Amino acid sequence: MRPTSARLLNILVPVKRAVDYAVKIRVNPQQTGVDLNVKHSMNPFDEIAVEEAVQLRKRLKDAVQSIKVVTIGPPKASETLRTALAMGADSAIHIEIPEADPAPEPLGVARALAKLIEREKVDLVIMGKQAIDDDAGQTGQMLAGLLDWPQATFASKLDVDPEAKSATVLREVDGGSEEIKCRLPLVVTTDLRLNEPHYATLPNIMKAKKKPLEKLTPADLSVDLTPRLETIKVTEPPARIGGGKVANVDELVAKLKEAGFTAA
Amino acid sequence: MMDITGFTETQLDVRSAVAQVCSDFPNTYWQEHDQAQTDPKEFHAALAKAGWLGIALPEHLGGSGLGISEATMMMQTISESGAGMAGAQSVHANVYATQPLARFGNESQTETVLPKVISGEWRVCFGVTEPNAGLDTLSLKTFARKDGDVYRVTGQKIWITCAQVAKKMMLLARTTPVDQVKKPSEGLSLFCIDLDRERPGLDMRKIKKMGGRAVDANEVFFDNYEIPADSLVGEESKGFKIILHGMNAERCLLAGEALGLGYAALKRAAEYAKERVVFQRPIGMNQGISHPLADAWMKLEGAKFATYHAARLFDASKKDKSISAHSLGVACNAAKYMAAEAAFTAAERAVLTHGGMGYAAEYDVERWFRESLVPRIAPVSREMILNYISEKVLELPRSY
Ligand SMILES: Cc1cc2nc3c(=O)[nH]c(=O)nc-3n(C[C@H](O)[C@H](O)[C@H](O)COP(=O)(O)OP(=O)(O)OC[C@H]3O[C@@H](n4cnc5c(N)ncnc54)[C@H](O)[C@@H]3O)c2cc1C
Repeated sequence: MRPTSARLLNILVPVKRAVDYAVKIRVNPQQTGVDLNVKHSMNPFDEIAVEEAVQLRKRLKDAVQSIKVVTIGPPKASETLRTALAMGADSAIHIEIPEADPAPEPLGVARALAKLIEREKVDLVIMGKQAIDDDAGQTGQMLAGLLDWPQATFASKLDVDPEAKSATVLREVDGGSEEIKCRLPLVVTTDLRLNEPHYATLPNIMKAKKKPLEKLTPADLSVDLTPRLETIKVTEPPARIGGGKVANVDELVAKLKEAGFTAA
Repeated sequence: MMDITGFTETQLDVRSAVAQVCSDFPNTYWQEHDQAQTDPKEFHAALAKAGWLGIALPEHLGGSGLGISEATMMMQTISESGAGMAGAQSVHANVYATQPLARFGNESQTETVLPKVISGEWRVCFGVTEPNAGLDTLSLKTFARKDGDVYRVTGQKIWITCAQVAKKMMLLARTTPVDQVKKPSEGLSLFCIDLDRERPGLDMRKIKKMGGRAVDANEVFFDNYEIPADSLVGEESKGFKIILHGMNAERCLLAGEALGLGYAALKRAAEYAKERVVFQRPIGMNQGISHPLADAWMKLEGAKFATYHAARLFDASKKDKSISAHSLGVACNAAKYMAAEAAFTAAERAVLTHGGMGYAAEYDVERWFRESLVPRIAPVSREMILNYISEKVLELPRSY
């Protein structure tokens, strides 16, 4: 018997193209930002989000009807969508902004996603808890707020019951983890421990090229992505002063004491 | 380091996806495997798992149906990751020697062998070179004698990469004695055989070598080694033609492997030249250091254009009959030559840029330098390419 449509899950995964985690960040000479002429890849937390959606489908089989990925970014951000499609998403939406435009802020992104969710049928949003470029860590919460949906942030384990339209989420919190149960529709943000993303295989990279990728503009969704924050100055952290080497533990303890650290 | 403008989207996808797999295998992995002379089987398995070994095999046989332009980029990315020629050689034959099988093999051969090679369960080696024939392939002596529904193979092969770990060998052997054929290029046949060390008549010995020590290279001895008659690939006596078909492709792959090695070495040299301070200045401020590196970069870039031009011609020649065998042969041979020389130059200068540290295994450049000799020698030496260009392009009398 086929599951009724009410029990089918539609998952949306927002992804961001960010400076690759392995790149040594350099502040530009004007001190207005960092040098962006470097390798970019999918924000690692978003990779975890895509992977989780794909694994959910493996666990729940036909109950997952669609996995859609979306990005808001310049033309090149479509590469990130192709990566997500190669990892196993079904289709993609690119809300394209001109290369020269400033990067949208969390509120703008959350508004655009909320508008998109009005158009698309979505039961579950899985997204990174933060992007490693701005480290803002706000978009998921803002999106849940705008939609008036429950949110389960910093997830390290996700179980979805499509029949009951609910999810059980283990959250990383100070001092341990917390288990919560939420109703769908729901916004989940991913923590590092949720899963370990798989590399896209070559056959899947080739298949991804044929999957649908829809292009939209912010105007299509009638959202305004104009930044509300002004960056005054970006500077490098102060250079670390070289450390010293110690021969053994006793010497280390002595040095620590000298520096004012005590065992208590 | 390498300028990537002008590559196709698919080539760049290949580059970033292969680099991702390789990033799990840092230089320390390759240093350890080089020193301990242990097979990088985890690396082969990782590439297989992600579907890379089928890159240039047809889709209906489980491959991804891409061309040599993409396979070359894959091999370059592997060596460029720091894996060097060792990393490339650990998969090279699986990507390349399976081509003639896909094209000329019968259904049962392709359907039993190729899926297992693509999945990584079986590995393949390529057995052409012989100690007493050398570059004169047509004079090879290994003989496969038909005996009812089997062939019995007797002879010796040398320098067979990965024979210790391979389940299958693509074997080129004589089936008609050279004095009974009209042309020496006839009477050779290609076989896809099991390397079953338990059976009588097969023996192999590892060769101790200069570089790429993680992968084995072997002398392989056949003494009336029995293989089923249906190991024959394509028609009997047409083996050389079948092999020729793949040779241009192999030139491209090797050129890519050499390029990757060269760029890896040069990148490391530039980094070191920026950081190493002697006489109160980074050594890279001295033009005696920077100019040779700048020159090495341009040599690599030139070789890169030659290589991807040749690969593009190879792929296009399948449909575009206006691309002559002559143009293709010249392009592929020239590309292999230029890439091998550029890689060697870059690797040597990378060692010298490091001064004494260039000699330390920890800095990797000595490993790459040792490996940079391979593309100059195999599968065809630089002298033979110079012979080829002298004869085919300059129309000078053949020297041998
Ligand atoms: C690391 C490594 C891996 C290899 N892996 C494989 C493998 O997997 N399978 C396989 O089949 N083979 C393999 N080979 C073998 C390789 O293809 C041969 O070594 C190569 O073709 C050269 O042949 P040779 O060693 O017999 O040299 P020779 O033919 O003995 O040549 C020796 C020298 O004489 C020169 N020379 C010979 N004839 C002429 C001439 N007419 N004019 C000018 N110069 C000439 C050559 O250029 C060379 O410099 C490998 C080799 C190496 C080093």
